[in-house]
Amino acid sequence: MILQNGVIAPDFKLYATPDQKLQLSELRGKRVILAFYPADWSPVCGDQMALYNEMLKYFHKYNAEIIGISVDSKWCHLAFEESRNLHFPLLSDFEPKGLVAKMYGAYNDDEGQSRRALFVIDEAGVIQWSYLSPEGINPGADGILDALEKMSNVNS
Amino acid sequence: MTNLWRTVSENDQITGNPASSITLVEYGDYQCPHCAHAHPLVKRLLAERGTVFLFVFRNFPLQKIHPAAFMAAAAAEAAGRQGSFWAMHDFIFENQKKLMVKKLPEFAAALELNMEQFLLDLESDDIKNKIESDFESGIRSGVNATPTFYINGEKLTYDTTYESLLKAIDLH
Repeated sequence: MILQNGVIAPDFKLYATPDQKLQLSELRGKRVILAFYPADWSPVCGDQMALYNEMLKYFHKYNAEIIGISVDSKWCHLAFEESRNLHFPLLSDFEPKGLVAKMYGAYNDDEGQSRRALFVIDEAGVIQWSYLSPEGINPGADGILDALEKMSNVNS
Repeated sequence: MTNLWRTVSENDQITGNPASSITLVEYGDYQCPHCAHAHPLVKRLLAERGTVFLFVFRNFPLQKIHPAAFMAAAAAEAAGRQGSFWAMHDFIFENQKKLMVKKLPEFAAALELNMEQFLLDLESDDIKNKIESDFESGIRSGVNATPTFYINGEKLTYDTTYESLLKAIDLH
């Protein structure tokens, strides 16, 4: 089972570019959307990462940053980001393979890749919402926005 | 995660039968090949069942992968200001292979629109806001790819075939 709300999001540090790592705790004070996904290069129009890429301003409205995570290598991510013109970090859960996905309960042992799982983490690093999408289904972004909106209402 | 977030209103682009109790909403992107594939299917559906349902098109341009999608949406909306939304909508999908932002005035000229007005509307904030509001209603409704269809507010399982659309209408 994936980690549920109320749990402190396990910290990690992974490559975001070929020479730079990103640590989750560096983003404390902001909300973070973690989007685990199986693999780069999904062919469908409006695929999950392309969709999130269109939504950055909506996420920013809620003080949230989005991060994609898969087991693809940093060079693979770089090529994928360039090809899709992505403007948010893709982290490489590459060595040890899938370790972060495993910490979040989002690893698929049979396929050797992440499941499609979403986590919304609050400013203090606590998971406020999580969702495991059925295999092969792009979960879209409505659940993320609903979660962010709910958190804002609670805060105010 | 499958329900239409914004109800159909007078701000929407509609065709078919407005008095019908069946409403089919499409979220589409003018530069998306899957939407171009769906376009003649919807046209056929309107030809065969247009008296029994209302069709609504909402804009869902994926701008980062489709650089002309947003302005194409603006062109259709601008044409709509001159009563030619559906003419431009059809024209763009039917000429998707030639679609580029700089070609849009040619498209408008082909439809014999008032060019001065068209160019003014194409850049207007009103139209930009309309497209963004369509897009936002799409993400809130759980649109995860284009095209995504909703029948009476519920997400439709569209498998790229005409039959899947026809069945949805006939079952309602």
